[in-house]
Amino acid sequence: MRVASAPTRDAPWFAATLIAVALGYLLLVLAMPLGAVFFEALRKGADAYLAAFADPDAHAAIRLTLLVTAIAVPLNTVFGLAAAWAITKFDFVGKQMLITLIDLPLSVSPVISGLVYVLLYSTHGWLGPWLEANDLQIIFAVPGIVLATTLVTFPYVARELIPLMQEQGSDEEAVAATLGAGPLRTFWLVTLPNVKWALMYGVLLCTARAMGEFGAVSVVSGHIRGLTATMPLHVEILYNEYNFVAAFAIASLLALFALVTLVVKSGLESRFAGEIAAQRRA
Amino acid sequence: MTAAVVASRRFREASPLGGFWPAFGFTLFYLALIVVIPLAALALRPWELGIEGVWKVVTSERVVAALRLSFGAAAIAAAINAVFGAIVAWVLVRYDFPGKRLLDSLVDLPFALPTAVAGIALAAIYAPNGAIGALLDPYGVQVAYTPLGVMVALVFVGLPFVVRAVQPVLEDLSLDVEEAAATLGASRMRTIAQVIWPAIAPALLTGFSLAFARAVGEYGSVIFIAGNLPMVSEIAPLLIVIRLEEFDYAGAAAIGLAMLLASFAILFALNLLHARLTHSGRI
Repeated sequence: MRVASAPTRDAPWFAATLIAVALGYLLLVLAMPLGAVFFEALRKGADAYLAAFADPDAHAAIRLTLLVTAIAVPLNTVFGLAAAWAITKFDFVGKQMLITLIDLPLSVSPVISGLVYVLLYSTHGWLGPWLEANDLQIIFAVPGIVLATTLVTFPYVARELIPLMQEQGSDEEAVAATLGAGPLRTFWLVTLPNVKWALMYGVLLCTARAMGEFGAVSVVSGHIRGLTATMPLHVEILYNEYNFVAAFAIASLLALFALVTLVVKSGLESRFAGEIAAQRRA
Repeated sequence: MTAAVVASRRFREASPLGGFWPAFGFTLFYLALIVVIPLAALALRPWELGIEGVWKVVTSERVVAALRLSFGAAAIAAAINAVFGAIVAWVLVRYDFPGKRLLDSLVDLPFALPTAVAGIALAAIYAPNGAIGALLDPYGVQVAYTPLGVMVALVFVGLPFVVRAVQPVLEDLSLDVEEAAATLGASRMRTIAQVIWPAIAPALLTGFSLAFARAVGEYGSVIFIAGNLPMVSEIAPLLIVIRLEEFDYAGAAAIGLAMLLASFAILFALNLLHARLTHSGRI
């Protein structure tokens, strides 16, 4: 037990009860589903498990997920840096409104995030006729999946950077500018080193969400096996075909990636607490 | 005063730093392209049905049932997480026990695990032949393919929000205040009720709001366990998907817009409540 002065120490039975409740809750709600993924995946043995990865459609799904992530995450990273630079280093009218708009996608249902692009770009959408005339396809194709993923993961990098850079202020940058450094040089040599861990943290969260996004992608993808099915959609297709072992096998790969994310995340949190968690302390 | 007036007339304060316009310009352009214009389509598209048409879609029996389920189950799930999340946060901050760090990292699992993966795992556990489903089955309790299943999925999805909102507040709460309360003769229960509770209440509400907002729109983890029976266990986001598959775009947009406006209204009310709590909670 923690060493605390007597009046603030809880009775041992009280502490033990609370620990048991918390432990039970986390095991029931979190650990069981996680365990179930691996249990179901390995239920029919290692051969059945590995067979799921021999399927060319599974390869296509993995490739597509990596491709979409490789486009959406860098886009949102560049955006996050630009937005954080403008918002935290300058004062302008409407700043709070801009921050609210950046956070907006967090409170929008993933299904709606997909729906909005269907409304814009599908055959029956506003720009549909024009796209068709120019032989471009966005919905039920890869560009739509990229757009929907980008919208869902839009705020992740910006949200990590803005509170930290706000706290750091712009004194160091002002010194660099006064000494004759241009904005790019100032950013590269002064700002970036100060926020690198927060940046990594934001990119990590953004990547995890991008790889696992389901609702938004499901709406725009059309579920074409081997063509527009990302890994989570491939899991759904297999599951609906009652091919449970294969569905859980692909799912276990995503779960493994989630576990790696958690390990890196808690590593960053404990090692660089002061350099990433500005908003936690705020 | 005059300085403020002058400043308010200018769009931007003077700064020795450069690079404002490229960064600001790109931010606005990208925001418009990815977020604002698409959401504008959602706000405008339903009205091709006319006001009456939109009203008819939104108040139809099936849509009302779906909205009630999405909002109701989200509220119950967030409330469950508020109670247990507070206990988890308290335990993680105040007590030491083996495996604590591992448990602390595990709390974020729902942020990292793709929702579809969580969905099929929960369906496997709570199906009548699943690990927990089989235990409940003899008592006639069915979780999978009922509204109860929807709630179970939303509890999973919302778990980290309350814990992560309350945890830093408890960490900052110095033991001195509690010691002072005890020295002045307050019982432990009274200290918890009058010192600790007012301090964590706003954070608890923040966590509740975040968990609720996330759960209302949740799709991936729910559809596998819900059974998706119209009028019974069909959530609003799924109904949007169904309307899209029927090429009823305006109808889908109307449901989406109704959902979005309702959740913004609720979050706004919760924000007002939060402002009152932080105001009265000051020591």
